[in-house]
Amino acid sequence: MSIYLIAEHKEGKLKRVSLEILSECIRQGVEPTCVLAGAGDLDSAAQELGKYGAKKVVVLENAELKNYTNEGLANAYHAYLSKQSPTAIITGASWVGKDMLPRLAAKFQVGIAGDCTEFKVAGGVSARRPVFAGKCSQNISFTATPAVLSVRPNVLAVGDAKGTAPQIEKVSAEIGQIRAKVTEVLSSGEKKVDLTEADIIISGGRSLKSADNFKILSDCASVMGAAVGASRAAVDAGYAPHDMQVGQTGKTVSPKLYIACGISGAIQHLAGMRTSKVIVAINKDPEAPIFQKADYGIVGDLFEVVPLLTEELKKLKAQS
Amino acid sequence: MNIIVLVKQVPDTETKIKISGDKKNIEQADIKWVINPYDEFAIEQGLKTKEALKTGSVTVVSVGPDRVVEALRTAVAMGADNACHVKVDQEVDTYLVAKALAEVVKKESGQLVFSGKQAIDDDQAATFGYLAELLNWPSASMVVKCEVTSGKAMIQREVEGGTRFSMELPTPAVIAVDKGINTPRYASLPGIMKAKKKEIKTYSLADLGLGSETPKTTASDYSLPPERQAGKKISGDTATQVKELVRLLREESKVI
Amino acid sequence: MIPLNLGEKSLKSLNITHIFYPHLISILEPHMIDFSLTDEQLALKDMVRKFVQAEIIPNAHRYDATGEFPHEIIRKAWENGLMNPAVPEKFGGLGFGITEDVIMNEELGAGCLGMTTSIAVNTLGLYPILIGGTDEQIKHWVTPFLNEPKLASFCLTEPGAGSDAGSLSCHAKDEGSHFVLNGSKMWITNAGHAELFTVFATTNKELRSKGTVCLVVPAKSPGVSLGKHEDKMGQRCSDTRAITFDNVKVPKENMIGQIGDGFKIALKTLDKTRTPIAAGAVGAARAAMEYAIKYSKERKQFNQPISNFQGIQFMLADMATKIEAGRLLCYQAAWALDKGQMKVGSYYASLAKRFSADMAMEVATDAVQIYGGYGYTKEYPVEKIMRDVKLVQIYEGTSQIQRVVIARHLLED
Repeated sequence: MSIYLIAEHKEGKLKRVSLEILSECIRQGVEPTCVLAGAGDLDSAAQELGKYGAKKVVVLENAELKNYTNEGLANAYHAYLSKQSPTAIITGASWVGKDMLPRLAAKFQVGIAGDCTEFKVAGGVSARRPVFAGKCSQNISFTATPAVLSVRPNVLAVGDAKGTAPQIEKVSAEIGQIRAKVTEVLSSGEKKVDLTEADIIISGGRSLKSADNFKILSDCASVMGAAVGASRAAVDAGYAPHDMQVGQTGKTVSPKLYIACGISGAIQHLAGMRTSKVIVAINKDPEAPIFQKADYGIVGDLFEVVPLLTEELKKLKAQS
Repeated sequence: MNIIVLVKQVPDTETKIKISGDKKNIEQADIKWVINPYDEFAIEQGLKTKEALKTGSVTVVSVGPDRVVEALRTAVAMGADNACHVKVDQEVDTYLVAKALAEVVKKESGQLVFSGKQAIDDDQAATFGYLAELLNWPSASMVVKCEVTSGKAMIQREVEGGTRFSMELPTPAVIAVDKGINTPRYASLPGIMKAKKKEIKTYSLADLGLGSETPKTTASDYSLPPERQAGKKISGDTATQVKELVRLLREESKVI
Repeated sequence: MIPLNLGEKSLKSLNITHIFYPHLISILEPHMIDFSLTDEQLALKDMVRKFVQAEIIPNAHRYDATGEFPHEIIRKAWENGLMNPAVPEKFGGLGFGITEDVIMNEELGAGCLGMTTSIAVNTLGLYPILIGGTDEQIKHWVTPFLNEPKLASFCLTEPGAGSDAGSLSCHAKDEGSHFVLNGSKMWITNAGHAELFTVFATTNKELRSKGTVCLVVPAKSPGVSLGKHEDKMGQRCSDTRAITFDNVKVPKENMIGQIGDGFKIALKTLDKTRTPIAAGAVGAARAAMEYAIKYSKERKQFNQPISNFQGIQFMLADMATKIEAGRLLCYQAAWALDKGQMKVGSYYASLAKRFSADMAMEVATDAVQIYGGYGYTKEYPVEKIMRDVKLVQIYEGTSQIQRVVIARHLLED
């Protein structure tokens, strides 16, 4: 078994999903080789992996990897991994993982399983992944080596930090030809938490009645460090941009806490958030289907409930 | 410019999913098949690009059993010029589909490929990237703006947390679009009448030189998620309800 | 759709005989048909359904509340080929038959009957020209409707001539090279926005139908004046007005057919549009039933969804049965008309319109009943359907006139 974990970082800071995958491998008694690629100082990211049990971290270095490109990363990983005869290559199903991994799989001419919520690496590789936005799931087995898979963030638990400094091997990355160039990075101003990686999400439906009213939710979100989501109805009505949409034709999320405000709970919305650990529903209509799926429900007007919730959370924050 | 649009036919989003007897797939009977919603944006973007360039053609391609011809006809009714059907009746995976598409793109002398950012059935979001690599073309996904001039595509793509990249891709290239890039037009009635007369090219995997290829992954053991049980409704006046909610989230479920 | 193959045998096995009234056999037996839709018809149905969901349903209640004319929706409907579907291919149209019209109208009717009427009335306004006009007249008057979203109105009914449509008093005086038109028309759909009227008038009232003419009158003609937009109970966004003609000069080349053809052209037109109108009612009834099903599963009384109660279940089952029956009548009429069997088709069209209009009213009323108090408010969608379908029992031949027509067929010797 030779398992390779492509660890992801953002400007040198390790993404948690990498630790989630690492911990799961260790729980199964498998020690993966971790691979990091980038331009800057990746030492602290490598040490972080060591802390959670990685014995060996390979760092692929190239100044050209400073800006993300799927070609550069896939080339770098392939150049290194093709010399290692890996049984499985695993990475996080972040936007980077999703974008780069198909290219890597194509280079190996093997199959791919994206956005898995379970995987098995001990004694043969297989994975379970949700399909139809979580309305059901399938098991994937691989008939070619290496098995290439990505794992959904926020699903697997991170183990104890009782590891030691890993062995770090630095390799000059071969990035090949990069044609797609990033010419500008545009930010919408406020730093928003990415929905698919958020621990807490507070979402609004059409009953928010306007784009401005979403401020009620973002105020609450900023106190909790949460991301703000929206139902398709709210997006279609123009109250929220489509990158905030949760559901079958939006994002599939599995935060620890999902607070649905004024969302009735259409089947296509439920599909996108049903794997959340705890669901809270706030809705005026006591018969709204969302209450059937919620752990805690408040029948009430979100315009009253949410601001009060924000105040309560502020108090709590001040105490701790 | 020869524009190729990848179209997948998927169950309607309102479909209630049931598992087949052998658990190797979902129950296919009684499903209403539609064009993958993200692929509708891709078709529209293909048509818009052709209109902006004032020259070229749009060819839609779909891999699947005979029923996918209906999706192709809808795309033609929306305005696509040509349609290709890669007829496969067996289960295929990303690998085999991308292989077949790459061969069709070559046969049709494609210079730009549009696809949706993912199909809403298997949610893999992998075919276009796989295809780009097989063709050795650059690619971008989650594209929300796209302008094509001769030799290059200027795009904007979503990244995360409210960030976007502006990118420049030399063509040929593969571009996977996200919701919001445009508003797909309807298949108009004159379009529907035109589409019924349109000849659709059909290829088998053997026609594409892939007769002996098999999938590299196998799906099995489909299952439905456990039903969530309804929890408790918190009573009292609003202030009491909110206080109790915060207490429960903190003490009972420990999520804040 | 399931193929229906009730031949002579099965009728006999039901012990139905027509010993005394053999003409009833000729109406009933040869016209049992296979109702499968072609791929294009299915695609058409899908397209219209999509259009209705995206464009009509989200806006229907707003237009109902304001009574505003849905210009934007009509423009989009035109852009997507939903208007003037009957114009033959040789004039650049789609050449759709009644069956396609029925398919379209059922879907449109499920969204908003007011908009359905506004969209479909162009067909009614232009059919007289398509039926009785020369190729030149069709090219001159009809083809511009394919090039831009324009509206036409059908002007038959008068303040004193409703069900007795033959008793026209709007007078067209023959002055050699032209007619001079005087009189008024009532309940004219889209009149306030139409560019063209097809007007039925009489040259000599004594001659009854033999004195009638069909004239194409541009809306801008001097002497044409419009009444106010009627504030209606339902179908509130469709524009309904009176029109008055005061010494309006209409050139002879604007006459469709000959003097004496007017009433015939009007009846032939109505034979073609009656079935699609009925299909609109089927669509509205279908929507009412779907809303009622959804609500009955959500609404809880006595600790359970009210759909658990047989009282509700029976109402839903009756709705479904009636809707299917209405649809079958529409398809049967459309099939006969598209085959050119005008007499039989006209008979079935009356059956379809009579049954579907009354049926839709019953279904909508029951849907409101299932919703209870909520159903009676404008917060919920079913009261609008109930107001809208009422008009189908009245316009394009009341349910009573349809019965008269049906009975006429039955009593014919």
